[in-house]
Order: sequence, then structure tokens, then C-alpha cells
Amino acid sequence: MVASDHSMDAAGIFELLSGVVDPEIPVLTLQDLGVLRDISVTGNEVTVTITPTYAGCPAMETMRADIITTLSDAGIQRVKVQQVLSPAWTTDWMSKHGREKLRAYGIVPPANTACGQKTAVIECPQCGCADVKRISEFGSTACKALYQCQDCREPFDYFKCL
Amino acid sequence: MESNQQALLDYYIALGDDSLILGHRLSEWCRNGPFLEEDLALTNVALDFIGRARMFYSRAAELEDKGRGEDDIAYLRDCREYRNFLINELPVGDFAFTMARQLMVDVYDMGFFAELAQSKEPMLAAIAAKAIKESRYHLRRSEEWIKRLGDGTEESHERVQSAFDLLWGYAAEMFEMSDDEQQLADAGIAVKRSTLKQNWTSAMHRIMKQATLDIPADNWAIGGGRQGEHTEHLGYLLAEMQFLQRSYPGQQW
Repeated sequence: MVASDHSMDAAGIFELLSGVVDPEIPVLTLQDLGVLRDISVTGNEVTVTITPTYAGCPAMETMRADIITTLSDAGIQRVKVQQVLSPAWTTDWMSKHGREKLRAYGIVPPANTACGQKTAVIECPQCGCADVKRISEFGSTACKALYQCQDCREPFDYFKCL
Repeated sequence: MESNQQALLDYYIALGDDSLILGHRLSEWCRNGPFLEEDLALTNVALDFIGRARMFYSRAAELEDKGRGEDDIAYLRDCREYRNFLINELPVGDFAFTMARQLMVDVYDMGFFAELAQSKEPMLAAIAAKAIKESRYHLRRSEEWIKRLGDGTEESHERVQSAFDLLWGYAAEMFEMSDDEQQLADAGIAVKRSTLKQNWTSAMHRIMKQATLDIPADNWAIGGGRQGEHTEHLGYLLAEMQFLQRSYPGQQW
């Protein structure tokens, strides 16, 4: 496929990258996560700026590779992916749409803002019960904690506030 | 390289060393945790520390600009070139020992990174701002565990008490400044670690008291990590961690 003129502006690149998802949570795009910080186009070179979620998150390397593959499949050969650390990533940047997709996927989205302000309650994604118990501060990935519903007894993941 | 530039480079590397060595120790719990959830938690915390090390080393490599990368800094230096605090290199011991060490480091990190986030060196401030968010979770967990173990069974109490007794004298060097570091601190770049001691001590006392533990006496102290003088344990750790790069130089993942 050859890049059309349309896909070489930042908006077009943004559209193309909406297909790139978190490899661990494949319902969230990089935009939903707030990892995609900037896109700039200079001549025929595209610079995509991302920010890491957790310092040691191994998914970052995959995301970087997926960005390059996606753009290269669209005929854009000169792609630079750069990483910025500041401002530090926060779950406050997760899109509203992303939060809904996360819940539908079975992971409860963050219930507080990064500064600790309560924005929602943690409810079982299976039965909706609010009587839940934290099993472990860390779940299958750095960004999640493990909870259990005290009513239907199902364990579930909770996306921590950071 | 100017002397203050060299001091800054050394500072990045020392902070990277603290993170990498503790991260490696924590990673040794992978598949050895007391139960599955705890195995995952320990290795997740390990990843956070290794991630920090990568950030510090990458910036050090950029500053140095001699063609070394983060992997060269991690895998091609010997014991005497490592600058981590000794507390980070001690063997994992039992679970009580691992969590007692973790609490001491997490309480320290909360104070240290809060200050470092104010550094005039933008990359140090950026790494610190990320790290402190993760440390908040680490501390919540280590604090919870120490209370459970200390105020738990007779055996858990005894094990965690003896862990603190063995570890206590390793805290001193976390608050001792070198001359180079003092100069960086005067320039608003490094943290005046000596000023963190009071808050560290009172937080440790509060948590240990709640955990029904005795505060060990301050009658011994050991240091030298920041000068490259290590315990015998670091050599074994490096031998394992660096094996692949030493045997197959330049090997890429």
C-alpha cells in the first residue's frame, strides 16, 4: 500500500495509529491509554512521541515496534519513535471511552484520580456488587491489582491509579 | 570531561546501580515466591526497579557520549565500579528479610525521590517524578507485610525482628554524602541525603511500633557502597547477571 497524501499529515497518522493496542490489554489503543503524546511530520519523516506507563513495563518495546510496523504497512518508511518521561504518565489520561472498554473487558478502571480524589467505586465487573476485597496489590501486570468479589466470588483485575 | 560533569555522570550511574541491584535481587524470587500472588508482586516490583535503572543508565550513556549504551554500563563493569548501597546487594534471605529490606528502601525512596523531583537537572527530576508514584505502591505493600509479619505468629515475628536486627546498620550509608555529591547538592542537582534521615527514622519507628517490633540499637554501621567497596555477595550476583554478556559479548535480545 502506498501512503496517500492524506495519511502523511498528523491527523492521518493519528488515524492509522488508532489500530495500535496495548499488547497486554488489547482493547485499549495507545490513545485510550494516554501513552501516545505527540505526532509530528517533517518532510517525509514521521516522529511519534510516546511516554512509558510504568518504568519497567515490557509492553513498551512491543508498542514501539507495533507503531513502526503499522506505519510501514501504510507505506510510511521514515518513522522515529521517541520516548518522553515528563510529564509522568498518569491514569488520569485514560480516555472515557477507554475506561468503558476496559470495564466491558473485565478489568475495573481506576476509581481515583492520581491525587487520590475518588471518582468511582470498585465494583465487580461480573455482577456489579460493591462488596469487594483486594487480594494483592499487584496482579498479572504492573498496572493492575487483584481483587475478588465477595458476592459472586469471582476474582478480577483492577487497573491501579497512578 | 569537566569535574562537575563527571560528578553528574557518576551520580546517574550510582542511582542506576541502586535500582538495578535491588531489582535483580527481587527478580530472584521469580517462581520462588511463597504463593502465586506474591511471586507476581515481587517480580512486578523488580521490573519497576530495573526500569528505573535503564532510565538512569541511558541518560548516563548520553552524557558520557563515548559509544557506551545502557547494557554496557550494566553488564561490563566489575564490583569495584558498582556504586550501589550495600543494603541492595544482600542476598534475598527469607521472605521476612526481603520485606524488611524492602520497607527500609521504600521509606528511603519516598523521601529521596520527592526531593530529586525538585532537581535542577531535568532528566533526574523526570525520572524521580515517575519513580515516586511506583514507590508509593511499593511502600503500601511492604508496610502492610511488615505489620502482618511482625504482629503475626511467633515465628513470623521472630523472623522479621531478626531481619531488622541484621539490616539496621546498613541504613547509615543511605544518609552519608560524598564531597562530589555535596557539590552537586549545592548546585541544586543532587539530593542532600543527610537531611532525609530524621523523617526516615520516624517513619520506620512508627511502622515498626505498629508491627510490635523492637527498634534495633544504632550501635553498628557499615558503608562503602558509594566508594565501590562491597560485600562478598555482589561478585556472585554480577557473575550470574553478567554471564551472558561476558560469554557472548555484544549479544542482543
